[in-house]
Parts: sequence; structure tokens; C-alpha cells
Amino acid sequence: MTNLLHPTRRGLLMAGGAGLLTAALPGYVAAQAAPIKIGFQLHRTGIGAAYGRWYERTAQAALKAINDAGGIGGRPVEILFEDDATDPKRGSEVVDKLTQSDGCDLVMGTLFSHVVMGSAPRAGELKVPYLVCSEGYHVASGALNRWTLQPGITDVRAQISTMAPWVAANLGKKVTMVFPDYAFGHDHRDFFTAAIQAQGGEVIAQIAVPPTETSFTRYFPQIPAETEVLYHVMVGPAVLTFVKELGEFYGTGAKPQLFGFIDSLEAVDTATPGLEFLEGSHFWEAHPRVKAADAGEHESAYRAAVGVDDNGASVSDAADVSTYSHMFSTWETLYFIKQAMEASGYAGPADRQKLVEAMEAITDLPYGIERPQGAKRFNGKTHQVFGSQNISQVQGGKLVKVHTTTIDEGLYEDAVDYTTMSF
Amino acid sequence: MKHWTLHLALIAVLFTAQYWLSPYHATNLARIMVLAVFAMGYNLAFGYTGLLSLGHALLLAAGMYAAGLPAQLWGWSAGPAFIAGIAGGGLVAAVLGLLALRTAGVSFMIVTLMFAQAGYLTLLYFAPVTGGDDGFAVSAASRTLMGFDLSTDTPRFVAALTIFAFGLLASLVLVRSPLGRTMVAMRENEERSRMLGYNPFTVKLAALTISGLYAGAAGAAYAILFGYVGASFATIQYSILPMLYVLLGGAGTTLGPFLGALVMFALIEAATGITTAHQFIVGAALVILVLFAPKGILGTIRERWVRWLP
Repeated sequence: MTNLLHPTRRGLLMAGGAGLLTAALPGYVAAQAAPIKIGFQLHRTGIGAAYGRWYERTAQAALKAINDAGGIGGRPVEILFEDDATDPKRGSEVVDKLTQSDGCDLVMGTLFSHVVMGSAPRAGELKVPYLVCSEGYHVASGALNRWTLQPGITDVRAQISTMAPWVAANLGKKVTMVFPDYAFGHDHRDFFTAAIQAQGGEVIAQIAVPPTETSFTRYFPQIPAETEVLYHVMVGPAVLTFVKELGEFYGTGAKPQLFGFIDSLEAVDTATPGLEFLEGSHFWEAHPRVKAADAGEHESAYRAAVGVDDNGASVSDAADVSTYSHMFSTWETLYFIKQAMEASGYAGPADRQKLVEAMEAITDLPYGIERPQGAKRFNGKTHQVFGSQNISQVQGGKLVKVHTTTIDEGLYEDAVDYTTMSF
Repeated sequence: MKHWTLHLALIAVLFTAQYWLSPYHATNLARIMVLAVFAMGYNLAFGYTGLLSLGHALLLAAGMYAAGLPAQLWGWSAGPAFIAGIAGGGLVAAVLGLLALRTAGVSFMIVTLMFAQAGYLTLLYFAPVTGGDDGFAVSAASRTLMGFDLSTDTPRFVAALTIFAFGLLASLVLVRSPLGRTMVAMRENEERSRMLGYNPFTVKLAALTISGLYAGAAGAAYAILFGYVGASFATIQYSILPMLYVLLGGAGTTLGPFLGALVMFALIEAATGITTAHQFIVGAALVILVLFAPKGILGTIRERWVRWLP
């Protein structure tokens, strides 16, 4: 006979077990419901501020979409934005703050290469995943560490290499390059020179312009007369002067075909007075700013979510032109994080290594609302993603897409295998 | 005696800080101590000798690259790389002084700014070696000293504190030495010093070279302790920063540079937690300081209450 005063051994064990479960349950539920915190290293001030403004808007839009759909693994997601002033030293401090002070699960978002280079060592020391949206070749070149990945945007080496076949076939084979005399310009100089040679073309002149230059007229006479294509990648405020002076140099006479990278004109309206000389010229775009006639089925939903109209400007201010060819990377990186966290069963910072391994195992990333720019292929060894690229022509002051490359055109041999490195 | 007590007490408090600060704040304190070394060097030139330079970023970068490049190219370990960094900063400062000290006042500011800008562009021009504006990460192998991994918290903190303590005590000895007194004489009245038989050029060259040794040490320490070398450290903002630290903490006080770096760092940290317009708060605080305490925090304290502060 048993009663409350004389319990059996089995009864005691069951009651104890039930008590333990009851005690543990709230903690388990709380852990499951606690938000995933993503640190976002943002160029809110400094030279990258225009990009930062749109990176923040795009990331906020992706965050809302992910949370509305149930979060990551059933947990809500938070993003903590922190200004890095587009400065490598501050960038490193921001990685520290987001990780150690704010308790973020990982850090993402950086665009400018020098901030990535300055911050990645600290991310490696803290052993926190650091997902950059930079397009620099620094990740795939092997210069960084196992904790640094670039899953949201194709790197500049692949971007440039995919342009050469179309340029050689459609614009000409004798190319003169005008580029800023620092790392960004040097990447273009080196990768495009090799790529156009592979197409039977040649770079007949390389004109490096110091970054402090404010007038370019003295460089234009260096452009050889036989130039068929003028490849230009000037960036920053000087680009308006550059284009205007180039127009004055050639006047209404014969001129070479112009080909540039949209980096020159991100956040700048192509119909801006002074840029008329660009009419008919071609630009690389990762993601066509002006909605293409054959845009995918998710393009409209993505634009609506971010607040961008069909011309690539803010829906609330047509003069507020977006950095459309770069900002999708924050959207796609957030969905990449979601995919890897759910695949690895990520529960907290103790699972960070498991999370990176899950990211490295990802390969094909199909087109969908998660990747509005297009399908991607992730290389886990080099930590770099590859996607298709676009070429647009300025027609009536607007960028009109005329060509799309394949992913395969941008692939190159691996320079590193991060998976063989220790954590 | 009380000078030594005060300075040694600060070093002792900083040593214990690694035990009661969180890892995050301890790492920041290591950063502040490295920046304070840079500012101490600036203070010797500006605060004590009256040389208002706008080119100290060049000296910081000289130390950083003199340490980082041998580590990158030839695999030098932290010790030799750090010594090379100090030497690099001192050497560039000496050459800069030989040329720039032919001028004075506003001309000196412009000439030093010009040389710093030329140095920055040189780093960009030789990008295949220097890494250009991207810079490069210093390898783990070059961040070890006597078996200690300087990329980990405790060794990094102790290394930063050691460099800081040495710099602080050396500056205390210097400003109380005959050379230090002569430096102040140059600041106060160069013509009178010349009349008394001192050679202003030699004294100012010595002060600028010593300042360069400090800047070189700070640049090398940053490269080795935080693992990054980049041309952004040669830009104008890194010539302005030590000036702000010194003005904030108190020009011509030995502890002012550290206090200035500490307060500025804390101000930025606090402001970013309040508003996205954090630079406005920092700017406003500096304007208020200039209006109400133009001699900086310690300069004001010395003037009003503690006159023996060195």
C-alpha cells in the first residue's frame, strides 16, 4: 500500500524526474526564444557612407522578411548596427565591441577592403564568423583566415574577368585603362589586362591617376589614338569631373567606346547634368539598377521590401539613388547565415566553429527571394561565392541591361584552401 | 619623489586593470596605451618644444611598416620587428626634421603635412610591396615574443603596458633633464635661448627625433599586437588624433597624452551607444573643452591646484 506519506521508490523517481523537467523547461524555452544577435559593421560615416546607408536599409528589409517568416530556427533575429567610420582601426574595435560587449553571434556587413583587412585579424582572434560584403579579392586570395567568408557577392577578380569576352567581342580589342592608383584600381589593371589578353586583345596603355587628383585633363593626351575601348574605373566625387573633362577632351569628334564599372556611379543618378558624355557607354553591374525587362520573378518583391523603385532610387525620394549593385549582398548574406545556422543546429556562440563548417559545406545557392541578384555557387575552400554579372548601356540617361554572364565565366583556380587551416 | 610615485602608481593601477576589467575593456585599454605612446611622442614635440606638426601620421606609419614589412617579407619575429619599427620612426623623423625644421610656425605645419601626404602616396604607389590602401594582416608567426602569443589577451596587454610604462617613465626623465628644460625654453622663447648659447635647430631636431621614436614604437606595437598594417594610418586623421589627445589631456604634461587618449576613446564609446551622430557629441565635447579648459584637463588642474605636476 502506498500513499503520500509512504511513497514507493518508483514514485519518488518519477516525481523527481518530473520536477527536474519542469525546472529545466523554462530555461530551454528561454534559450530557444532568445534572439540571434547579428553584429553589423556599418560604414555610417566616412568615405563609404553612401554605401552604408543602403546596406543598412537592405539589411533591415531582409531582417524583417526573415523574422516575418519565423526567424532562424524558430528564433527571432536582431541586428546591431555599429559605425566603423570606414576606418580599419575603428573597424577592428567594432568587431570587438559587437562580439565581446554586445554578445553578437557573428559579425557581417563590411564593404571597403581596407576595413575588412584591418578587422579580419581581430575576428580570427575572437573566433567569431566574419561575413563580409566587400567584393574584394582579399578573401579568395588567402590573405585572411578561416573565420572570414564572403558568401553574398562575387569578388572583383571574377567580376572583371567575366567582362573581357564581351568587351573584346562587342567593343574592341585595343584597350586603354584609366584607373585610380591604389589597390582597387590595381585589381582592375591586373585582372583585366590578363583577361583581355586571353581574348586576343591587349591593353595598349595603363594610365594610373593618383587618388588626390582633382583634374584629369593632363592625363587624356596619354590615351593612344588607336584606342578602341577606354576602360575607366574612377571613383569618388572626382568621377563627375573626370567624365565632364573627358567629354570636353573628345568634344563631338570620334571617340573610343567607353566601358566602366558602376562603382564609379553608385548612388549617383546617371542622368545628372555633366554626365551626358556617358550616353551610349557601357557599365558592369552586378545587379541592374534599372529593373530589366527580363528580371526574375522575385525582383519586384525585393525592390518593394527594400523601398527601391524600378529606376533604382528610393520610393520616397527619386533623387536618393541606391547602391544597387552592391547592397543585395547584405540581403543574400543574411539568408546564407539563416541557411547555415539551421543546417548546423546553431544554438549559441559555442557552436561558432560548427557554423563555419556548415557554411563551408554549402555549394549551390539557387535563385529565389533569398538571392534576388541571381543564383550563386559557394566555394567552401576559398570562402568566396560566385554569381552571374551584367553589362548595361546608358540609353537616354538610364542604364539598360544588354548582357548577362554565366557563373562559370567567373570561376578561376583556387588560391587557398581555408578548410585545411586550423580554427 | 612624488613625480615618480604618481607615475609608478598609474602603471601599477594599469597592471591590475587586466584582472578587474572585462576582456573587452582590457583589450581597449591595450589599444589606448599604444595610442598614448604615440601621443606622448607628439607631446614631446608639440607640448614641450612647441613644434606644431601635422605630419606625425608619417612617423606612425614609418614604425608600422618598418616592423610589418620585415615580418611580412622575411618572417621576422616580434622582437626584431619592434626594434626595426622604433628605428624606422626615429630615422624618418630625423630626416623630416633636417628638412622641415628650416621652417617654423605655420610653414612648419604645412611642410610636415606635405611630407606626410607624400609618404601616404608613396605607400599607395608601392602597393605590390606595401599592400597599398588595403594593407596586410601580420602573420601569427610574427606575433610571438619569447614564446608568448601576442594575439592573445594577457600577453598583448602586458606587452602594451610594458611599452607604455617605458615610454611614460622615459618622458618623465626627459622633461626633467637639461635637454627637457631646453626643449621648454625653445617653446617659450627661441630667440632668448639662442642668445644664451643654445642651438635651436639641434634641440628641436633632437626633440622631433625622440618624438619619432615614440611614434615608431606605437606604429610597430599596433602592427604586432593587433595584426594589421595599412596606409590609412598614414592619412591626415592620424596626424590630428595625437594632437587632440594632447590638447584634451593637457599639452606639456607627462600624463596628459594618456588621459586624452583614454577620455577620447571613452567618449566615442559612450557616444556611439547614445546616437548615430556620435561624432557630433565628440566634436561638441572638444569645443566645450577648448572654451572652458584651453590648457586641457591636466593643464587646468596643474594651473589651479597641483602646480608640481610634471
